[in-house]
Amino acid sequence: MAEANPQKVFAPWEDPNQAPLIRFEGVTKKFGTFTAVDDLNLDIYRGEFFALLGPSGCGKTTLMRMLAGFEDPTMGKIWLDDVDVAPIPPNRRPVNMMFQSYALFPHLTVWDNIAFGLKRSDMPKDKIGDRVQEMLRLTRLEQFAKRKPHQISGGQRQRVALARSLAKAPKLLLLDEPLGALDKKLRQETQFELMDIQEKTGTTFVIVTHDQEEAMTVATRVAVMDHGKLVQVATPAGIYETPNSVYVADFIGEVNIIEGAAAPTGDGKVDIAFAEGAEPIHATIGEPVTAGQKVFFAIRPEKIHVGREPDPTRANRIRGKVHDIAYLGNISTYRVELETGQMISAQMTNARRLSRRDFTWEDEVWLSWTDTAGVVLTR
Amino acid sequence: MNRSMSWFNVTSLTLGFAFLYLPMMILIFYSFNASKLVTVWAGFSTKWYGELLHNKQFLDAAWVTLRVGVMSSTAATILGTMAAYVMVRGGRFFGRTLFSGMIYAPLVMPEVITGLSLLLLFIAIGLDRGIFTIVLAHTTFSMCYVSVVVSSRLMTFDRSLEEAALDLGCSPFDAFKSVTLPIITPAVISGWLLAFTLSLDDLVIASFASGPSSTTLPIKIFSAVRLGVSPEINALSTIMIGIVATGVITTSLISKNAIRRQRQEELEGTKL
Repeated sequence: MAEANPQKVFAPWEDPNQAPLIRFEGVTKKFGTFTAVDDLNLDIYRGEFFALLGPSGCGKTTLMRMLAGFEDPTMGKIWLDDVDVAPIPPNRRPVNMMFQSYALFPHLTVWDNIAFGLKRSDMPKDKIGDRVQEMLRLTRLEQFAKRKPHQISGGQRQRVALARSLAKAPKLLLLDEPLGALDKKLRQETQFELMDIQEKTGTTFVIVTHDQEEAMTVATRVAVMDHGKLVQVATPAGIYETPNSVYVADFIGEVNIIEGAAAPTGDGKVDIAFAEGAEPIHATIGEPVTAGQKVFFAIRPEKIHVGREPDPTRANRIRGKVHDIAYLGNISTYRVELETGQMISAQMTNARRLSRRDFTWEDEVWLSWTDTAGVVLTR
Repeated sequence: MNRSMSWFNVTSLTLGFAFLYLPMMILIFYSFNASKLVTVWAGFSTKWYGELLHNKQFLDAAWVTLRVGVMSSTAATILGTMAAYVMVRGGRFFGRTLFSGMIYAPLVMPEVITGLSLLLLFIAIGLDRGIFTIVLAHTTFSMCYVSVVVSSRLMTFDRSLEEAALDLGCSPFDAFKSVTLPIITPAVISGWLLAFTLSLDDLVIASFASGPSSTTLPIKIFSAVRLGVSPEINALSTIMIGIVATGVITTSLISKNAIRRQRQEELEGTKL
């Protein structure tokens, strides 16, 4: 894996000498009294596959439309390659967009759709054919060149839209929920195809999505947005393992959140008293907390071990009763009710066949996890 | 439908259609009458159609009508499409509601008033009445019909298609020309045909706007009928019915086909 060789890891955001391709500087966008994007600062680097993730109405699409030039920021500046893009109309920006509805021109063939932007560029006429052919090959659409958009399938249309937006070799490609209209299986295949194409062309991609799995799969970095603000910008692993807030932890994947009062015990450890009479949770802190401060302990279900006996190698051991089991084939999720009333989800891989499964409903079990398995959040 | 129609339904259908079309059927029937007397049947003949070809007055009037129709409906289509585009795409601007209301107002305005006001305008600016003034008048009143037809198409038009065109390097005008216009063409043609048909059979406004040298067919027929109905008029009217019917049927076929195809495309777009 790439992690084995630290020099090869693609992480321009950690290199202070790298100049970003896109820079949002205090960008605000208001529609009437509604603030869609709120004083936002963000750098996106060349070659990145950057995901804007958030629920609908969080401002991610507005952010993208400002890059494309369909919306003007109310305040602040957007720099693309050190050029302020504000005065540049959409048709002059070195940015192309793949629309959520694909927006293929229904009266033109696949070939003409892909050639559409090239014909309006300064590319010589005899080169256009070659470029279109190259795009058709890249997206495996050669045999559909003569068809009209309504004569091909949804997945093929999605690839035509991608080919058309890549044809002009933009500095930046914007993808607005590009896989939203595809069914699950096709979506997963297409995700890998997108990554492949992004790697082959070396284009910077910015993708807008509300699907956290999609963002995690394709992106080099993910920006989680809420109410027009960036909540956290980090790599998929960073977002998942070290969320900076309950909002992010809850938005990405499954999580148990336990509220309690902090009692720092020195050397980066903290005890969290979450219920009267219960053993406090031992955890490691990321940011300093004061004694008695209200904190949230977030832990992913798969980090919790479920067993008949407490695991002596893990710092936290709590007893509970199996309330529910969701058998998903490869894994099982147990919903365990603690003696203090809290409900905790824990996940175990089903390494054994079902017939030899250890516990069933109403069984007494021990939940164990290490003091570094979860994160302590203050907001 | 499997069920055969009830006695009541058959009767109402027959009565309704008779009410609508019996007068026209009689007119068409008598246009093939050999006799010079309109109401006395004297055998089948197409001689009145032949006679029509030698009647210079009618031919002149028909030529005027045709030219007025083509010019006014073309002008109305251009203006009406532009107005529709601004109303649907212009977003919010000051006075938008007033503007769209004013575009549709001529739809319900009594023709006499439209005609009279145009006449006053032409006199006020010293414009000699002739073909040109009829064209202007017809453009004025048929433009709103075109804009109704075109704006209803534009409302269902996926805006991102235009944005995609801009994104791929089109100027706004180029985007309109190479993406929007080809897609809304059926609606534009429908609008043109509608305007043409309206211009073809307008009597009231044309009689206000026409001069002595420029008589349209409806005016000619109207004044000829006052001297007595002739089989020639019947023949001429039959031809006009034919032209108008063709126009209306084509319009409805175009829009029906376009709507069906669009639905189908949308259906295929959602179902994968």
